[in-house]
Amino acid sequence: MIPLQPPRRLVDVEIDGRAVRVPEGATILDACRAAGQDVPTLCHGDTLTPKNACRVCVVEVEGARTLAPACSRKAEPGMSVSTGSERARHSRKVVLELLASSADLSTTPRAAEWIEEYGARPDRFGEQAATVEQPAKVDNDLYVRDYAKCILCYKCVDACGDQWQNTFAIAVAGRGFDATISTEFDAPLTDSACVFCGNCVEVCPTGALSFKTEFDMRAEGTWDESRQTRTTTICSYCGVGCNLTLHVQDNKIVKVTSPHDNPVTHGNLCVKGRFGYGYV
Amino acid sequence: MGYDRLTHPLVREGGELRRASWEEALDRAAEGFRRNVARHGPDCFAMLSCARSTNEMNYVGQKFTRVVIGTNNVDSCNRTCHAPSVAGLSAVFGSGGGTSSYQEIEDTDVIVMWGSAARDAHPIFFHHVLKALHKGARMFAVDPRRTGTARWAHRWLGLNVGTDIPLAHAVAREIIHAGLHNEAFIERATVGFEEFRQSVEPWTLQAAEQVTGVPAAAVRELAHAYATADRAQLCWTLGITEHHNATDNVRALINLALLTGHVGRYGSGLSPLRGQNNVQGGGDMGAIPNRLPGFQDILDPGIRARFEAAWGVPIQPRHGLNLTQMLEAMAEGEVTTCYLIGENPVQSEADSLACIKRLSMLDHLVVQDIFLTKTAQMADVVLPAGAAWCESEGTFTNSERRVQRVRKALEPPGEARDDIWILCELARRLGHDWRYDSAEQVWDEVRSLSPAHAGMTYERLERLQGIQWPCPSEDSLEPPFLHGRLWESDPARRGAPAPFAVLRHSPPVDVVDEEYPLRLTTGRRLDSYNTGVQSSGFPSPLRRGETIEMCPEDAEKLGVVAGEEVRITSRRGSVIAPVFIDPALRPGLVFMTMHFPDEVDTNSLTIEATCPIAGTAEFKAAAVRVEKLVAVG
Repeated sequence: MIPLQPPRRLVDVEIDGRAVRVPEGATILDACRAAGQDVPTLCHGDTLTPKNACRVCVVEVEGARTLAPACSRKAEPGMSVSTGSERARHSRKVVLELLASSADLSTTPRAAEWIEEYGARPDRFGEQAATVEQPAKVDNDLYVRDYAKCILCYKCVDACGDQWQNTFAIAVAGRGFDATISTEFDAPLTDSACVFCGNCVEVCPTGALSFKTEFDMRAEGTWDESRQTRTTTICSYCGVGCNLTLHVQDNKIVKVTSPHDNPVTHGNLCVKGRFGYGYV
Repeated sequence: MGYDRLTHPLVREGGELRRASWEEALDRAAEGFRRNVARHGPDCFAMLSCARSTNEMNYVGQKFTRVVIGTNNVDSCNRTCHAPSVAGLSAVFGSGGGTSSYQEIEDTDVIVMWGSAARDAHPIFFHHVLKALHKGARMFAVDPRRTGTARWAHRWLGLNVGTDIPLAHAVAREIIHAGLHNEAFIERATVGFEEFRQSVEPWTLQAAEQVTGVPAAAVRELAHAYATADRAQLCWTLGITEHHNATDNVRALINLALLTGHVGRYGSGLSPLRGQNNVQGGGDMGAIPNRLPGFQDILDPGIRARFEAAWGVPIQPRHGLNLTQMLEAMAEGEVTTCYLIGENPVQSEADSLACIKRLSMLDHLVVQDIFLTKTAQMADVVLPAGAAWCESEGTFTNSERRVQRVRKALEPPGEARDDIWILCELARRLGHDWRYDSAEQVWDEVRSLSPAHAGMTYERLERLQGIQWPCPSEDSLEPPFLHGRLWESDPARRGAPAPFAVLRHSPPVDVVDEEYPLRLTTGRRLDSYNTGVQSSGFPSPLRRGETIEMCPEDAEKLGVVAGEEVRITSRRGSVIAPVFIDPALRPGLVFMTMHFPDEVDTNSLTIEATCPIAGTAEFKAAAVRVEKLVAVG
């Protein structure tokens, strides 16, 4: 009775000279990971459709005129990919320099490591280089929008929009360098369509969106991930059975996330599951 | 803001609750049970088990009731929400769970959300619905209010409160008259079709329009869309079950699935959305008066014999009291002692004043909770427990029957202890030397007694991110939907046929008249939960307190404006709340939540008219009047 998926063909590709076999429909990024090759990503989300916004994952496909974003380009039979070619490394270096010179990547996991690995020098554009620096928007008690850290990857917009939450509280406003993620008419969140599910925070790659608890603790210097435990349990509110990962420091819940590969939630929660833990 | 957690035991002395040691509190609690049982027999005891706590706690709780005390008087607050779903589904299919899984919602063609504000009340379930809509599924919302769910629907059928059966009957009649019923399925897998066909015959589209207020064309469209879909899902929530004839409402929806063959196949099914994290599991574990763990029939001597052999005591061969009957028995003096675990009936029951009166007649009341709730404040002994979902190990079972692991992330505050530890300490004081070293040990005992859970080891639950019951074997998994047997061609494998129900329309008990001209219905908001004990503890930007919501037309007629405080009076009580204007309501219909009982006790307005089969109260339909407050002087 259960409709079986049509059998997926396997595709043979070569990653850095190593033969890899992946299911048809897999991306080059999937193939790289299967081959044990670490390719940096920022705008790629494991629960979202690829947006191709950041270009930090580009790789060189043999015979192709341009570099290909590994996160969205499908693996094709016989494809030969080089993740560390001079051209790919140079491109990644420039992307990192442009991003790090304009946005604050201090809370982006692994950014510092990549900058060193690719020899990026974000300061080479000089002190006059344009930045997105601005004060953090703190307009509610649940989460903070610090757009000085925003790299415009659009993941929050997709999570809030038709890919998951379908609330459409935020979108891209403006053009070019002045583009920003914004509520309608740049209103405070509390006057927007926002339902405070925090599903945008869940996918943000740079910490531009962060829970108020984390934001405050970072500000006072008490945020310490090495002292935190992560335990996945089940939400205590309605009967849907959402999986919550509780980040606990000093026997206090400091952040709630959700496993992205879970069949119930796919990484999403509602305001109660994400924030309704105040009583424990 | 919010309630403080309980951090140490309390006992009543000279009318006041005072701090006590665990030793003293446990001795007092056990002594009171022993005294009452010695004087009146085991049936003077009643347990309300916690639909918020783990399967393991619920198993030990019902075992305490049946083994240590020796009665079947155990129930939980599933009585106030989904007992009718369980009663209806198990009467037809022999099993009380929803028949489908969330993934199937995404793969279906037509979704009917009947009396379900899932967009606000079950937001992550609604994500699966939204996936289906983006893939091209059609959705019909049947609800008196134009809810967040209805705003996503292709058609909103705004029926009058309490006219679900006429609407379902009209849908059925239209399907039959259009020749769209599934004759092969009806013939093979059901009984009672002819009587059913006759019973719906009077409900023409026009007759239904008169009674339900839904245009005939919309009823017809729903009927045709549902019947002609390859796959269709029928989902419901408390809009169906919080009525005095709730089990009949559930049966009316099940009739539609039987008529069209939309059950027992991938993508087609019946999904009641459960309101509390483990209300499904509480029933599955036997924390209800008519079932043993594994939802096994307590009246079956063979099943009782297995439990008697495992537990070493005889089990009463009869149903115990359900929550509603317990409250009545308290008034009659037949139940004299009560053990409430994590329940707050003083604020969650319809007609809350009557509930307080009844609890106060008990000789001995023990409350085990994480907060000093209004109910706990009435107790003789208060035992501080850990919060199940993050302070203990165990499992919960969700609305798609998926058993998932609950893990301990925090130490409970102060002297608060694990529920199972407390139950074992009390059992020991009452002559049963129980010892469970871990939740897993309890679970393995459940697995040895419940075939539906037998294959669910903790290791497998972890590896597979939960398993849906039934799971009889450690080596295999069953399909994600139930009752595939109904489609078998071999009659032996097909098993008992599913009966159609012949039902009568019974309008809400609380009649709308000149004195009480408005229909009050109740429900939840996105950011709050039930009596608000938990959800009041976080600073939600969405929270705006209790209001009486009404449409602009009614507000104008009453001469009131948004924010103005008004008096709302029913035949039972009267409260004051500010007005909130909501164009999603229709004239004559007003709405309140139950989230803020300490400010506005909505349940002093609601009626305790209960479903005779499942015992659920008619929270969804009270008659009220709304009056302007007259300034004094």
